Amino acid sequence: MTKKQTSGVGLVEAKRAHFDTPLTLRSGEVMPAYDLVYETYGTLNADASNAILVCHALSGHHHVAGHYADQPKNVGWWDNIVGPGRPLDTDKFFIVGVNNLGGCHGSTGPASINPATGKPWGADFPMVTVIDWVHTQARLADLLGIQCWAAVIGGSLGGMQALRWSVTYPERIKNTIVIAAAPYLTAQNIAFNDVARQAILTDPEFYGGNYYEHNARPVRGLRLARMLGHITYLSDDQMGEKFGRGLRNGNLSFGFDVDFQIESYLHYQGDKFAGYFDANTYLLMTRALDYFDPSREENGDLTAVMKRASSDFLIVSFTTDWRFSPERSREIVSSLLAAEKNVSYAEIDLAFGHDSFLLDDPYYHAVIDAYLKKVQA
Amino acid sequence: MNSATTKVLANRSDWNIIASWVQPGERVLDLGCGDGSLLKLLIEERGARGYGVEIDAAGVLASIRNGINVVQSDIDQGLAEFEDNAFEHVVLSRTLQTVKHTENTLREMLRVGREAVVSVPNFGYWKNRQAVLNGRMPVSEDLPYQWYDTPNVRFFTLADFEALCAQMGIVIKTREVLDAAGQPVHEEHNFLGSLGVYRISKG
Repeated sequence: MTKKQTSGVGLVEAKRAHFDTPLTLRSGEVMPAYDLVYETYGTLNADASNAILVCHALSGHHHVAGHYADQPKNVGWWDNIVGPGRPLDTDKFFIVGVNNLGGCHGSTGPASINPATGKPWGADFPMVTVIDWVHTQARLADLLGIQCWAAVIGGSLGGMQALRWSVTYPERIKNTIVIAAAPYLTAQNIAFNDVARQAILTDPEFYGGNYYEHNARPVRGLRLARMLGHITYLSDDQMGEKFGRGLRNGNLSFGFDVDFQIESYLHYQGDKFAGYFDANTYLLMTRALDYFDPSREENGDLTAVMKRASSDFLIVSFTTDWRFSPERSREIVSSLLAAEKNVSYAEIDLAFGHDSFLLDDPYYHAVIDAYLKKVQA
Repeated sequence: MNSATTKVLANRSDWNIIASWVQPGERVLDLGCGDGSLLKLLIEERGARGYGVEIDAAGVLASIRNGINVVQSDIDQGLAEFEDNAFEHVVLSRTLQTVKHTENTLREMLRVGREAVVSVPNFGYWKNRQAVLNGRMPVSEDLPYQWYDTPNVRFFTLADFEALCAQMGIVIKTREVLDAAGQPVHEEHNFLGSLGVYRISKG
């Protein structure tokens, strides 16, 4: 079992890279130049063979682990798995986290200034997709002198980027770790994303995506979108156990204010998220999820796509995840088996639904640790 | 040699036979692979490649630690992840008696593999018969569990297994029978044999 020997990577700082080689996106639009913010932990070895890329999910960013000198409480979103002696062992590996293009944590995104107009990009920001992110991450790898990743790892939308990496740059990735992901979204997945987007798009403060110049923010829509998303990240059992039908004040109010603890929790989560996240980024990220489907390149034959890969694979799912259920991970596994790739698959019994992938669970971390122990650095 | 070591060796007495049937470079699927040791042996000793299937979380973790490909899955649910004829050999070592859907498992093995290798403990082994005659459920080298904590759900003899194969039109290509010490048995196999190791294929 993985035991936390230390307090993790400690003090970290974000870095910024500017790219001015135009990037043609999947949509056909061209991004003339852009910035990516990223963080690194550990030391890149002499032949640059020990690098692991951590891809983030819908609301994630480059700050994967550690904390900032001036913000001791701002701990990275996956701090529990990164550090000396942890599964993403910084004594062995050089870990890279990056905020994806279109994000709202420092990389060029809809809230950034469009050099062509001198105003925030807003609605003009091009649609970015998973393969576009993979191309930008490859450019970051070039910049860092990393020809080939020892591994690319991610959960949820991050897992989809890892999967994309394996077939887009097969010669640049040795191991692919896909956690709580799916080979493409189902109609139900897209439906949830649509409701979330409609909440934002119909908010009067949205102004067609150009709310920045109106000094407005579609907070209500973003809040609803997050509340809806949050329901899908948790399991029914866990919600029942944590909140049940518990009342906030012990009595029914016979009104529409917050009565139940689950309402209080969701409102809190929605408010917190809407306070810092950019609505346009939320729209882009959910659309990138909808559009993700590598099998399209082979007329829906995922096996044919996965045959391009040359990495080994670890696929992980969680029994209570209904957003991207174990069956969806099994689809990936089946295609990898049919493509005769080296693949292991763990279906982990954790109660916390889709969000299980962020948990500090000894067995889950032992699986990642055992796999990465076998990875040559 | 202490008794624990003896037990481990006895429990692996079918491995050498299985290994001798696997040709270099062949694709092998090991169902109920445990910690992956058998598959690792087949890879290292016989140059095989392939996958293990294991339902138990500790086995999956141990297999990953052993560096083998392991897929966490319940073989009682079938082998839907695997394509037809994907393997030269599908191995089921000391596991058939723990599976509820016996016929479906055998059919699935012969769907995804050209040939199946099945080793089964023999409830008809004389020591087991003696235990039942004495009024107690058998606990022996190849059936080491007490009745109240056994993973076994199907109780059958080698003769029963062979009758099922005949009924299903499955051809037994080779049969090796071992006694409780792992030594070959050449006569009265359903009485003197503690473990049967079979190569089977579709008729």
